[in-house]
Amino acid sequence: MGARPPGTLSGALLIARKDLAIEFRTRTAFFSSLVFAVLALTIFYFTWDESIVTPNDRAPGVLWVVLTFSALLGLQRSFAIEEHDRGIDALLVSPISREAIYLGKAIGNLIFLCAVQAVAIPALALFYNMPVGRPLVVVSGIVFLAMVGIVAVGTLFSAMAVNTRLAELLLPMLSLPFFVPILMSAAQAAARVFAGRPVSEVGFLLKLLVAFDIVFIFACMLAFSFTLEE
Amino acid sequence: MTSVSRQDARQAVGGKPVIGGFFVIAAVAVVALYVRAILFTPLEAKQGAAQKIYYIHVPSAIGAYTAVTITALASLIYLWLKDERADRMAEASAEVGLVFMTMVLITGPLWAHKIWGAWWVWWDLRLTLSLFLWFVIVGYLVLRGAIEDPAMRGRYSAVLAVLGALLIPFIHLSVYFSMAHMHPDPVVLKPSEPSLPREMLITFLSGIGAFLLLCLALIQSRYRLGELKDEMAAVEAERGY
Repeated sequence: MGARPPGTLSGALLIARKDLAIEFRTRTAFFSSLVFAVLALTIFYFTWDESIVTPNDRAPGVLWVVLTFSALLGLQRSFAIEEHDRGIDALLVSPISREAIYLGKAIGNLIFLCAVQAVAIPALALFYNMPVGRPLVVVSGIVFLAMVGIVAVGTLFSAMAVNTRLAELLLPMLSLPFFVPILMSAAQAAARVFAGRPVSEVGFLLKLLVAFDIVFIFACMLAFSFTLEE
Repeated sequence: MTSVSRQDARQAVGGKPVIGGFFVIAAVAVVALYVRAILFTPLEAKQGAAQKIYYIHVPSAIGAYTAVTITALASLIYLWLKDERADRMAEASAEVGLVFMTMVLITGPLWAHKIWGAWWVWWDLRLTLSLFLWFVIVGYLVLRGAIEDPAMRGRYSAVLAVLGALLIPFIHLSVYFSMAHMHPDPVVLKPSEPSLPREMLITFLSGIGAFLLLCLALIQSRYRLGELKDEMAAVEAERGY
């Protein structure tokens, strides 16, 4: 083994691999998030009168509600797993930079949440009889952009919430206001794509989404080291 | 557990009262504003008495945004210098900001119901922004309440405040580009002359003055209260309570 400490990106990938390996062995968080997402999709079907609002019209709304709450569920466990036996201390003494710890956690969360959505979005198409084709592919892309922003903010707040007295209760309260611009632009863009409008019409909303992702990845990465300082 | 007497605590902060002369001046200014707005300012031709809420609604909003700006700046300073005074200032102005923002969110729908015909209009920029800022401030104060260690509390809440400031332009843009907006364009701050009659303009400007005074006076009082609390905790620790 070389004695050289890993760089930011390779350190981050190591952390992400560690988290995903833990998750892959137990699979408890994945299945609970997945079951939650699919269960919520089916339950929300009954919250509208079918004769007034067609399933096609409500599907985009249901998608974003379910996506937001299943993401919160997944993010909660991101730092909770480090609390057992103070795993976070081991991470801090390792020769991996704090930025890399944050990035690794975020990458792990992103892969986790995308895996949940990879099942949830087809389930949505199935239960709400959505047209399968180009709109669904474009919307999946929008979901990915939204997920990056949600993970950027959520990973930081998950690290903060776990150290407070309220623990997981605090995460939604801190994160949801920060999800507003993401959800507003992503949901508006997705609704228009589902309605058959051209992608060029939502170009600005997508640019805004990308700008949010970039700004908050860097801001949260910088802020993360402040939350660890002993 | 016996706590330290009030006298001990007051001595510890050099006898400075929580509510000082500045606060009294601000309170008198606000009362004077109410008297002027209600009795000595003419009714607006179309909106009637409902328009008088303008002299409270807009100044409260300006007070709220001032307080929030102070919180963000003090937080940035805290992250940089780790000076506990900056943290105390951030906390004090966040609490005052919450009070002012609550006033904005109460007076706004009352006015909107009368004039726009709806309590709440989601696609209005300033409405949505104020609401979510209110939520961020609430989250900030709840976060502070959930952490025991002062240094950690300072760092965590400062991070939240700075990110919150970063969030504002994004909420702004996402509402702006999603739909139309309802709020009137500024009637005072615009390139041409203010389109407000002189008497109304004077009431409005003195409203801003009075509310800014009140905002700063409340922050000062809350800051002193924070000082007292810290001193009391220190005295208690010293005496082993």
